[in-house]
Order: sequence, then structure tokens, then C-alpha cells
Amino acid sequence: MKKLNGVCLAASALILAAQPASAETIVVEAGEGAQERLQEALILAEAGDEIVLGAGRFALTDGLSLDVDSVTLRGAGMDQSVLDFTGQQGAGEGLLVTSDFVTLRDFALENPKGDGVKSKGADAIVYHRIRVTWTNGPDASNGAYGIYPVESTGVLVDGSKVSGASDAGIYVGQSRDITVRGSIVEANVAGIEIENSRNALVENNIATRNTGGLLVFDLPNLPIMGGGNVILRNNLVIDNDTQNFAPPGNIVAGVRRGTGILVMANDGVLIEGNILNNNPTAHVMVVAYTQEFNDPSYNPHARNVVVGQNLFGRGGDDPQLDGGEMLMAAFGGALPPVMWDGVAEGDDGLTVAEGVGGWTLGLTVAGQDLAEASPAPLDVPTPNYVFDEESVGAPAELLARIGG
Amino acid sequence: MSSRFFLLALSISALGVGVLSQARTLPPPVNDLAVAESPFPRALSDFGFFSNLASQTPNDGVIPYRLNTPLFSDGAEKLRFIYLPAGMTAKSDGEGLLDLPIGAAIIKTFAFGGGDDRRLIETRVLLHRADGWLALPYKWDDAQSDARLVVAGARVDLTTPSGEDISYRVPNKNQCKECHGLDGEVIPIGPKARNLSHDWLEGMTTSGKLDTVPAGSDVLPKWELRWTARTSDAARAYLDVNCAHCHRPGATASNSGLDLRWEQDDLQAIGVGKRPVAAGRGSGELLFDIVPGKPDQSILAHRMRSDEIGVAMPELGKSTVDKDGVNVIERWIAEMK
Repeated sequence: MKKLNGVCLAASALILAAQPASAETIVVEAGEGAQERLQEALILAEAGDEIVLGAGRFALTDGLSLDVDSVTLRGAGMDQSVLDFTGQQGAGEGLLVTSDFVTLRDFALENPKGDGVKSKGADAIVYHRIRVTWTNGPDASNGAYGIYPVESTGVLVDGSKVSGASDAGIYVGQSRDITVRGSIVEANVAGIEIENSRNALVENNIATRNTGGLLVFDLPNLPIMGGGNVILRNNLVIDNDTQNFAPPGNIVAGVRRGTGILVMANDGVLIEGNILNNNPTAHVMVVAYTQEFNDPSYNPHARNVVVGQNLFGRGGDDPQLDGGEMLMAAFGGALPPVMWDGVAEGDDGLTVAEGVGGWTLGLTVAGQDLAEASPAPLDVPTPNYVFDEESVGAPAELLARIGG
Repeated sequence: MSSRFFLLALSISALGVGVLSQARTLPPPVNDLAVAESPFPRALSDFGFFSNLASQTPNDGVIPYRLNTPLFSDGAEKLRFIYLPAGMTAKSDGEGLLDLPIGAAIIKTFAFGGGDDRRLIETRVLLHRADGWLALPYKWDDAQSDARLVVAGARVDLTTPSGEDISYRVPNKNQCKECHGLDGEVIPIGPKARNLSHDWLEGMTTSGKLDTVPAGSDVLPKWELRWTARTSDAARAYLDVNCAHCHRPGATASNSGLDLRWEQDDLQAIGVGKRPVAAGRGSGELLFDIVPGKPDQSILAHRMRSDEIGVAMPELGKSTVDKDGVNVIERWIAEMK
């Protein structure tokens, strides 16, 4: 009896504690037992709570995870609070978030063995001033993605920084209503990648020293298909000249060193107001998906891709393309900034603003042998496609959460 | 029911010393409150699932079971139990999971070492509550007297049956959900009718604990008899049990587009000719999940052969390679045309 009563009392005490109470702040400092203390805080947190990481280096042995809605995980700054996964022994990522309305801000992850932060099915998530770094620089043995939201509605990545990812620094997949802004991606294979996603705004970022800077893809046979309505605006895309260090087999292993912006098999992509310099293969590349596929819902063509006014500096002067030297000679020493494979369903595959220089491989069918290419200067219409700018980008609530 | 019995036992005990000692020999029943309501019971003993914890002797209502094809966990011996409160009945749902009533629990203890050297390492419980299933991990103490709740998980150094010294991972509460999550809810994954023996299901039905023997039960081959089964059955059973709780729509690895459930018959969905999406360096310089006839060129086998984090599959629940599992999968791919 006594024991039963004890359990009853404990139960009612906890039921009382579960009543709506004011949100709590839970401080977790670095040091002995950081793994258990931090993970326990992440598990026992309640909606509305803020978990605050102290300054210092948190030596972690396993992946961390958060599965409570409306929790903020805040550090003392992306160079002050460092989650150090150098000694990680398990899990596929450093931090996994599977709950909604989560804010991650002001901390870093170093050397996660797999991905950095993965958020899956985590709607309305904010990444603010998050740094993910593989400290040994570009290396095929580094983890795949730095910041990795997937299958989510409402994603804001702001003021963050990723370097060393062996796939993509910031990779948003199978999601919608996305803003990636004010972030720096450096020395990754792909800087920022938007894949099978809709309504994405990528603006005011710096993509430098990656193999390819900004990538917009659609791939077949995935639960969420039909990527498009993407705007890449006012980004600095410069010196993307790192040798591709992705393990072969990955889709990004096919990205040519020196690609500024790459659009593949997507519907409605606007590229404007960017500054592109020293991207030796091409500043902008627009292509169809060339692999075999058997997914009837998949459209391998690039459609409604619009290259507006951008500032194009030096580029296309060391293209990683077959016959590159001959091509350069034919075009007078460097390739024009926009490269198109020529594959389209109609005349709305690619349009470019007046005065934008480009060239085409002159292919007509997705997957066609490059030997059949007939390169020529680009001759496409000027844009008349209207983007649905209202629906592009993360919901205002996400921007408001970080004060702007 | 159970608490009334307990009251009765106490009042009888007041009658005299002889009766008292007799009453004391009866083990206390399973604590239904701990199963159904207490937020986070701190110790495994709080539940009363066992009349003898250390020997894992089940209490009334706690029924041991086994799976035809089990999930590999570094070679751990697993002791599996279902708890059904008195008078409650589980329901069949075809070849899928048994539909266990609220108040039921699933208990799984992981042990390493044989005979006198056997050590209980952890016990995981799944509690069916009014608001859904709750998964909690308990780590055994060195004295083997009880197991304590470790919401943040733990690590234990031990030697596996294959002789490898490992840092064994007791999962944290969230990691339970990584395998047990479907469409945002926690669900059991083990006791599917297709993976339970016909005899056991019949016994459950006869004793009134299960409404009927489910259709499509007992079809997965017994793992220890895998050499006598069709290779494809052994391999697909292995994938269903070891991989499909994540690699299916609505689960942790749904974004991969890979669906390894037993009932999936679309070849591309199970990986044949399928390119990886977010495998990163896990792809191991290979192009497809499965290349028929070529296990060495198949990412699926490559990731199973690895013990390197970021490459190894499954990501959780093991830190060594399941050589027998790899063997069956390689044989299956090699035989594939």
C-alpha cells in the first residue's frame, strides 16, 4: 500500500508540474559529463523552454537529439560554445531535431562524424548563427552535410557558417517555404543545395572555395517531388575552385570544379543580383538530369529558369569540360558566363535578360551523349516568366523569432 | 484488480503469523500504475515485471516470446516479454503488429556472456499509455540487482560473442524513437505476426490473451534455419526486421526513398538500380543501392559491412558488423539477376 501511495503521490506531483507553467531556462555548462547533462536537458525540456549552453568546448561521445516542440537551444556565440564531436562514437549526425518550432542559435559543431545538424520533419525551424566546421578542411572522410533540414515546412537558416562538408554545406531537401540568407559556405563540395524543395529564397550569402557554389536540383524517386519556385538573389559566389572531394556515387560528385550556380531539373528558378567572380568552369550552369530513371512523376528538364541581371566577373577560363581548351579558343579565351545544355521541352527552358552572355551545348535530349554536342552562342528569349514572390521564403514568424 | 488483490493479501496477513508468511511468498503483482501513469519510473523494479529480476523470471501476465528473425544488436542475447494486464486481450491485425491494449508493455532485456558469466546490460520497456507508447531505457547495475532509468543513455564496455571489445551504447530516450517512430508517433516494431511463431500465437489465443491467430502469421523464416529458406526470404526478412523500421514511408529514413519492408515488391523501392540521395560518403564510391549479381558494387551491402560512423548501417543500435547478416544479403544480391 505504502508503495502504491508513493507512486500515486509522485504521479500527481508530476502531473501538477506538467500544468502550463512559465517557460524555464536550463543552463548547461561544458565540462565533465557534458554528454549526459546536455542530452538529459534536451529530453526533459518542455515546450517553451530555453536551453542555454555555456561558453566552452563540450566534448561529446554520441549524437544529440531534440524531440520537444518549441524549444530554443542557445549558445554563447558560434565561436564561444562549441559542441566538439571529434570523439563521437555513434549516431549519424551531431544533433538531430525531430520536433517543430525549434530555434537553434549561437553555437558551433565541430567534426561530427556524419552530418552536422539534421532536422527531419521539423517544421518552422530556425538556424541562427550556427557554425559547422570540419577542422581539417576539404576531405572525403568528412561528414556529408553541415546544416541539413529535410521534409519540413518553414525553414530559416540565417547568419550561419559551414565549411568542409563532403557533400553540401547547407542542404535543404524535400521541404518548402525556405530562406537561407546571410550565411557563409566555404570549402565544401556544394555550398548551398536546394533539392526537391519549393518556395526557397537564397539571398545575401557568401559561397566561396567550394567545388560548386549554389545548387538547385530535383531528383527522381523521392517521397517529395516537384522542386521549384526558387530565387537566388544578391549572393556573392566567388572563387569556387576546390577540387571535388565528394565520394564518387553522390550526385554532387558530378559537379565540376569551378561551378558558380548550378540548376538541374527544376521548375522556376530566378538568378539575379548576384556577384559571380572567378568560377573557372561556369558562373551559371543550367542542365537536365541525365541519368536513367523510371519515375513517371519526374521531369528531368530545367524549366522556366531565368537569369536576370548579375555581375559577372572573370570566369569560364579553366573549364573542367571535355574539349574545354578548344571551346575557350572558339569563344575568345573564356567561356561566356551562362552555360546551358540546350535541353528543353519548349522555348521556356532558359531565358536570360538582355545582354547576358551565354553558350549552349546544343543538345536536344536529356542524357544525350556529349559527343553529339554542337556548341554555339546562346540565343534564347528574354524572360517573361512571373515568379510567385509572395510565397517564396520562410514564414514571417520565423524571421520575427530572431528579430527581423 | 491487482491492487484489490494486494489489499486482500494485507488484510489476511493481519489474521496471524502463519498466514502472513504464506502471503509473503506470493510475489507482488505488476504495478499497473507504473506501466500506465507514473511519468518516468526510476527503476526497472518499480514495474514488477519480474518475480525475480536477476533471473528475469516473469511475473503473472508477463509472457516471454521470441522472433523468427531477430534484430541484430552486437550479438546481444535478448529476453523478450509482453505484459498484458489481467483480463485484457490483444487483437490481431493481419501479418502486422499485434494490437496491444492500453496498459500493456513490451520488455526487452539485453545480455552478454553465457552461463555464470552472463551479464544483463540494459532493459528497454515500451509502455502503452492513454496518450501513446512511451519508450524508456534502463541500465543494469554492476551487482545485477536492478536497472536504473537512463534517459540520456549510457555506454558500457563489453566483449561481444564474436570476441570484439566494444563501447556498447544504451540508447537515450529520443534514440528509441528514431527506430520506433512512425508518422511522429512511437510504436512497437518487433512483435509483428509475420515474425511470431504460429504455436506461440495459438497458445496466446487459447489462453484468451489474443483474439485470434492472425492471418499471415509466422511467414518470416527462422534465422537459425536461414540456410534452408529461400535466400530471398531470408534476406528480405533480415531487411524487414533490421532496416525497415527506418527505411519506410513515414519513418526516420523516409527521405532516402528506400523502402525495405517485407511487403514492398517494387524493386526500385528496395534499392535495385536506385541511386543514393543523401548517403554522403556512405555511398562508398558506388552508384546504386543494389546492383543485381554484384554485392561488391551495392551500397546496401557496403554500408552493412562498415563499422565506421557515417557509413555504417543501421546508424543506431550496433557498433559491430553483423557478419551473418552481411552474408545473407550478399548471397541474395549475388543470386539476383
